[in-house]
Amino acid sequence: MNALDVEGLCIDFHTERGTLRAVDRLSFSVAPGRTLAIVGESGCGKSATALAILGLLAENAETSGRISLAGQALTPQAQRAARGRELAMIFQEPMTSLNPAFTAGEQVAEALRLHEGLNPRDAMQRAIAMLERVRIPEAARRAKQYPHQLSGGMRQRVMIAIALACKPKLLIADEPTTALDVTVQAQILALLDELKRETGTAVVLITHDLGVVRDHADEVVVMYAGRVAERAPTAQLFNQPEHPYTIGLLGAAPRLDSRRARLASIEGTVPDLRNPPPGCRFAPRCPFALAACEALPALAELAPGHWVACHRAPLDAVIAA
Amino acid sequence: MTPLLHAQGLVKHFPFRDSLGRARGAVRAVDGVSLSVPQGRVLAIVGESGCGKSTLGRLLLRLIEPDAGQLRFNGEDVLALPPAALRARRREMQLIFQDPFASLDPRMTVEAAITEPLILHKLHRGRERTRVAELLERVGLRPELARRWPHEFSGGQRQRIAIARALASEPRLIIGDEPVSALDVSVQAQVVNLLGDLIRDLGLTFVLISHDLGVVRQIADEVAVMYLGQIVEQAPAEALFHHPRHPYTRALLAAVPGQGGTLKLLEGDVPSPVSPPPGCRFHTRCPFAEARCHSEVPLLSGQTHLAACHLQESLPSPTPIREGAADARLARLQAYFTEHTT
Ligand SMILES: Nc1ncnc2c1ncn2[C@@H]1O[C@H](COP(=O)(O)OP(=O)(O)O)[C@@H](O)[C@H]1O
Ligand code: SF4
Ligand SMILES: [Mg+2]
Repeated sequence: MNALDVEGLCIDFHTERGTLRAVDRLSFSVAPGRTLAIVGESGCGKSATALAILGLLAENAETSGRISLAGQALTPQAQRAARGRELAMIFQEPMTSLNPAFTAGEQVAEALRLHEGLNPRDAMQRAIAMLERVRIPEAARRAKQYPHQLSGGMRQRVMIAIALACKPKLLIADEPTTALDVTVQAQILALLDELKRETGTAVVLITHDLGVVRDHADEVVVMYAGRVAERAPTAQLFNQPEHPYTIGLLGAAPRLDSRRARLASIEGTVPDLRNPPPGCRFAPRCPFALAACEALPALAELAPGHWVACHRAPLDAVIAA
Repeated sequence: MTPLLHAQGLVKHFPFRDSLGRARGAVRAVDGVSLSVPQGRVLAIVGESGCGKSTLGRLLLRLIEPDAGQLRFNGEDVLALPPAALRARRREMQLIFQDPFASLDPRMTVEAAITEPLILHKLHRGRERTRVAELLERVGLRPELARRWPHEFSGGQRQRIAIARALASEPRLIIGDEPVSALDVSVQAQVVNLLGDLIRDLGLTFVLISHDLGVVRQIADEVAVMYLGQIVEQAPAEALFHHPRHPYTRALLAAVPGQGGTLKLLEGDVPSPVSPPPGCRFHTRCPFAEARCHSEVPLLSGQTHLAACHLQESLPSPTPIREGAADARLARLQAYFTEHTT
């Protein structure tokens, strides 16, 4: 059974200037112990998706579709009950999720107490063990420190300890390393991989970094302006990308091994979601666009597990022409 | 030939006091940095947060005063310049920030923002408006946008405006402090391409301050790697990326995601710049450290490829960069994105 199933998720935000559809008919599943990455640029709907799964969207949001955790439909009540238990999360800026008035140890202990009904002394013992497990050096001393006394990398480790204290079925990690330096990012992502292998937790990893996706995800959803552009097993996505947006993104990233003559640049900007282009939302920026692209492209399965929403895919025909 | 920019032994410490006003120590943000940038070249300064790169950038423009060291611009002793002469020199040295809001006044239209340096430096007198239009076109914006306000633009467009404003004073040197770091990948690519074009077409000398090794690879001719206030390695870009000598440079390169994830990770966090470790400042995290690394300070040594490591001659070969193979199909498809655009 999948840890998470998202089926036909739509998220509308009602604003003073009208309603916008931030996420449109999004579907994916994650099996236990697997990592699914959601990748795309600012505003494409990654965080809204995360918040919808967690039941933490703002008041002005309206959702439809179906979200299930381990086969059970997630109603708002179920989400409240599951958050911090079967359903855990870590965010980009741990400082905003940690309570500045409590020590690192107290916050991990609190999670353990809620989850396992431990008495305060046992909970603190276990909390220190958890901090050791997420490789915080001198865990017993660090447990007595407040969030502001810890480095960004250490705060994120504390968040991971809190998240994992509850043995969640699903961990949602929204840009967990974006605010960190590369050497610390590498440590944190390796730690997440290791803990996931040990506990069988499923992970939804939200990132804008295709390098992170390549190293840490089993499956990838590429989103553009609220819709799935392409969804595939990670190796397949990198070996045979089919959606023009994915191809542009891959070409826009510099390489380390040699200087590119020019980076592929996707001209223009993302559309205003209050007034999106008809049909394919990428059409105004797409060098492959034809008249047909004014109609909505269906998400079609080109190879097993490889879904693409593009009128011109597979693109090999385009090169051959 | 004299380099356009030359710094020798720059030091900047920021003292801090306790609540009773007693001096408690100092953040050794820049601690003895020397570098030269020849006319028309791009030097990148890379390193992780707090390594001192932004402070170094501000020192190089004399926006802050160093505690020690020398600074020459076009052969002239910048630190000896009186305020009026320094202001005049500033025309030739411009700074671009990560956040274009920091350099654009929200109450000024784009036209006013770009005209300001023209008036200040008495450039293109009487044809300022035409010049603004030229500059906007130069950075890939339509001249009609001149009447608009900063908040009407996206992040990438605002960074283009900030670049146009920097170019207005016709500088010889531009220092970019994380100029594309706040931008999304596709927009970042546009601005990186633009910077590359401008550097080439205008013969600009550029100092790129960045934590992003990919962006550095794409723009820089020469790269200096900083750790705890000091340069630990400096080399031409090709040599630095393919034959890194310093263990820290190697760790930084290996940590860039997308290379397969089997790398050896650096342990721990960067130590405090208030009391950097003795000997080699990197020894607390270095997988190769020996006894003398704990006590003897390694000097930056070499001809064109400099490194500050006692063991640089005896280290094992570095792990090669592992990017996905350059793929012919992908290259052909990506050509649509470079050919079909201007
Ligand atoms: N005005 C200041 N007062 C006190 N400390 C400062 C000041 N500016 C920078 N620092 C400190 O100097 C160190 C280096 O900072 P910075 O040059 O900004 O590094 P980077 O740009 O690499 O992040 C940091 O520890 C920072 O907190
Ligand atoms: S459907 Fe058309 S516009 Fe959309 S990505 Fe495919 S080719 Fe481009
Ligand atoms: Mg900085």
